[in-house]
Amino acid sequence: MATRMFGMPVQRTEDERLITGKGGYLDDLGAGAYAAAFVRSPHAHARVRDIDVTGALDVEGLVAVYTHEDLSGPMAEPLPLLIPHPAILDGRTPYALAKEYVHYVGEPVVMVVARDRYVAEDAVGRIAVDYETLDPVVGIEAAARAERVVHAGMSDNVAAHLVQEVGDARAAIAAAPNRIELDLDIERSACTPMEGRGVYARWDGRDAMLRLYSSTQTASGVRAAVAAKLGLQLGQVEVVVPDVGGGFGVKIVHPWPEELMVPWAARALGHEVKWAEDRREHFTAAAHERAQRQHVTVGFDDEGRLLGLDVDILHDNGAYLPYGIIVPIVTSTQLLGPYKPGAYRVEFRSLYTTTAIVTPYRGAGRPQGVFAMERTMDAIAAHLGMDRADVRAANFIQPEEMPYDQGLLFQDGRPLIYDSGDYPASLEKIKKLVGWDDFTAYRDAARAEGRKVGIGLACYVEGTGPGPYEGGHVQVETSGKVRVATGLTTQGQGHQTALAQIVADELGVPMSDISVTTGDTRRMPYSVGTFASRGAVMSGSAVALAARRLKEKALRIAADALEADAEDLEIVDGRVQVRGTPSAGIELGTVAVLSNPLRYAFDEASKAATQFTGAADYTRPPVAADDEPGLEGTDFYSPLRSTFASGMHAVVVETDPETAEIRILRYCVVHDCGKLVNPLIVEGQVHGGVAQGVAGALYERMEYDSGGQLLNASFMDFLMPYASEVPKVEIDHLETPSPLNPLGIKGAGEAGVIPGAAVIAAAVEDAEGFAITRMPVSPSELFHLRRRFDKGGIAPLPGAYSRTGEANA
Amino acid sequence: MSEELHEIRLRVNGAEHTATVPARRLLSDCLRQDLGLTGTHVGCEHGVCGACTVRVDGRPTRSCLMFAVSAQGHEITTVEGLAEPDGTLHPVQRAFRECHGLQCGFCTPGFLTVVSAYLEDNPDPTEEEAREAVGGNLCRCTGYQNIVKAVLRAAEIRREEAAAAPGGERAAGAGERR
Repeated sequence: MATRMFGMPVQRTEDERLITGKGGYLDDLGAGAYAAAFVRSPHAHARVRDIDVTGALDVEGLVAVYTHEDLSGPMAEPLPLLIPHPAILDGRTPYALAKEYVHYVGEPVVMVVARDRYVAEDAVGRIAVDYETLDPVVGIEAAARAERVVHAGMSDNVAAHLVQEVGDARAAIAAAPNRIELDLDIERSACTPMEGRGVYARWDGRDAMLRLYSSTQTASGVRAAVAAKLGLQLGQVEVVVPDVGGGFGVKIVHPWPEELMVPWAARALGHEVKWAEDRREHFTAAAHERAQRQHVTVGFDDEGRLLGLDVDILHDNGAYLPYGIIVPIVTSTQLLGPYKPGAYRVEFRSLYTTTAIVTPYRGAGRPQGVFAMERTMDAIAAHLGMDRADVRAANFIQPEEMPYDQGLLFQDGRPLIYDSGDYPASLEKIKKLVGWDDFTAYRDAARAEGRKVGIGLACYVEGTGPGPYEGGHVQVETSGKVRVATGLTTQGQGHQTALAQIVADELGVPMSDISVTTGDTRRMPYSVGTFASRGAVMSGSAVALAARRLKEKALRIAADALEADAEDLEIVDGRVQVRGTPSAGIELGTVAVLSNPLRYAFDEASKAATQFTGAADYTRPPVAADDEPGLEGTDFYSPLRSTFASGMHAVVVETDPETAEIRILRYCVVHDCGKLVNPLIVEGQVHGGVAQGVAGALYERMEYDSGGQLLNASFMDFLMPYASEVPKVEIDHLETPSPLNPLGIKGAGEAGVIPGAAVIAAAVEDAEGFAITRMPVSPSELFHLRRRFDKGGIAPLPGAYSRTGEANA
Repeated sequence: MSEELHEIRLRVNGAEHTATVPARRLLSDCLRQDLGLTGTHVGCEHGVCGACTVRVDGRPTRSCLMFAVSAQGHEITTVEGLAEPDGTLHPVQRAFRECHGLQCGFCTPGFLTVVSAYLEDNPDPTEEEAREAVGGNLCRCTGYQNIVKAVLRAAEIRREEAAAAPGGERAAGAGERR
């Protein structure tokens, strides 16, 4: 029996090319392509009065200049609203090039195509756009006040309004023995992958075919959107996703204006065109996330059990709503975490502002939801003088209550029913890992030395692996090599390795014989994309199912050839053999030869499949009516609903008594994503998530001024952590398998980031003794909070939270 | 308008190359576009992220902050030049693979060039020193956990190999090649 690959910390197969400089990222392709660059709005809100391109026309190497006036048909219409929802009141999306108005700094207005990027940018600099500036709307407060309106034709800035309720939360809160309110605030951040967006298009006029390469998280989505906009049949568009230098959510948005303009221009010019985003473009003109204001009202009993929870959310969706309202829906539903909320009411308003669009960033609304719930848990503990872990335990859904129906509709449009999980076990693990019960003594000892240390805890549940589906195609070549394809894309999660591990086990072939292709519509046109921690769950399950189909066929054909019963056969190391009699066997490659009846031999092995060799059954056609030639299997995995991973983080911080610098002393993670396909990869995902969680809690924010200018649109000013800022991460795993899919797995990609802001706020609060209600928190903010606290402007814990809206507002 | 072009000769990974470039052409763009060495990646073009780091006369240098015309007369090593001519991977490359020190791989060439140089001067770093050594490069995927591990592992591989090589451990000592 070959070693089982599933669950092994297998080294990644993608690494060899990536460590030798042989990766092929978007901008590594298309050496002969023209380069595109864009004139982008310098104003947050303006009307375009006139565009004068004459200054650019004598730039040597200029190929073309396009404005909205050059577009027609679907290209001249607004971009699609990707995920419609009945709660959307007025869903605005941008144009490929601005038509009359611009609504954020960075919005593309003019496209320039030139010999190379240097020349294209020379031309961009010589194009004069005359703007009539209009009032910007920056920040949630301004958007909610609606004294200024972002979009013409609207009377306010409310893009969507949704109320979900289970039970009568307000009555339950009114009747509860204890009641507190919290006002919470989270700032904007962004995915910020090391590689920005990029598109490279080749139009073949003779075949009327478009080949589009895009640094995207969805090949099939881009294909459908580009075909619709360019007026092409789906069959005329191939989308190939090369190596992608990180995504974290931003690259699920499609089609970007640039993603339409580049293929459109390639067709118009009959020449390859490429655009690779630069860093400033990525900061201003891609997408951000996180910004929310939350008002929480909670009623609870004297043991800390929730009786009613009422949450009101204001969500900043930026200038447009191309991705719909997935982020605030996720916040509203995933806020519940591992808890039973009693009666629950959640209401959100999604608001337009004249800033970059807001679309999912790793965690996708969950960090905000977890912040609301975990800050609430800590507030309850402070109010009752209880241990913070005990309050959480008092509210946990118990393992025997699974599957547990929260009574809401989740982001996949399906019921919010948790499939499995063991939250009490996770809590025990995290308490042990961080030394929760011994911390009071440590804190007291530190305080006696004049040091300020604090500990925090935060729990989350993450719906992962949402449908609708993904597909797998597995094929054995006559060489015995196995080709695997799935439609979703990969951007660092090691899918080539993980999927090969799964297929290796299912088929009984060595991993070295397996190659995996992702995100290529030529190989698997039916697909959805990589988001919501769904890659391993969806495509892992799909390729497993496809491999099982293939194996069934291989055994059937081999049984004929070996004159054995298929039930007695097994595949070991790429060879089909009789169980117990390994000498009686046939190579999988030979089975592939036999699976395809031939008239013409092309090599020695293929002779076996030609018409005059071997005994034929003249009563049957060479390919049976219910069969097809070739040794391959295709299948699709479509889950009933999402599977729910969970975890808990605990962190110990030290705050400098003088400078208010915040240092993380320990960062502990207990993580349950069901069965682990590859622990090396899963831990890597957790590490990266934690780093982004720490970043969002302590360093990163998008600093817009009141005019809508992004002040920190560079790596000089946006504080993305280096190795010096990210603490060492300690991880323990729990495995409660999912009953929903054939492998028992749950998603792992986003988990690490989700409780970051909540857990660090809790620890800082514990160190300081007053409430932390806004994240991120910088040393200077903490310093000023201390001064206010010292002057009596902030109430001390416990009891601080009952002073609604005063703490840290 | 047309701009003046310059014939330049660059020595990259031990081989002579020529290119015709305007004076403003960045070394990063020249390597990638004129010489086809796309292993060097461009992450920010303002010298902060370190993805474009190459070695110039052995020293880690941000190729987005250097003009191609100024690179003449210098010995440039890119990620493509780290492995031995026979394809044997550099210890740093092996360590990054072994320790899962990369995910999307976009920043990786910059880390590899930086660490390869660092270990020549500091063959036996502590964990804290290893963390400091990569402190000028951004990675968005790994949280640096396994990158730090990979630096330590690469140092270990170098020492193991030096010990196994004729001449013994001395070969891995400080000052080698510098």
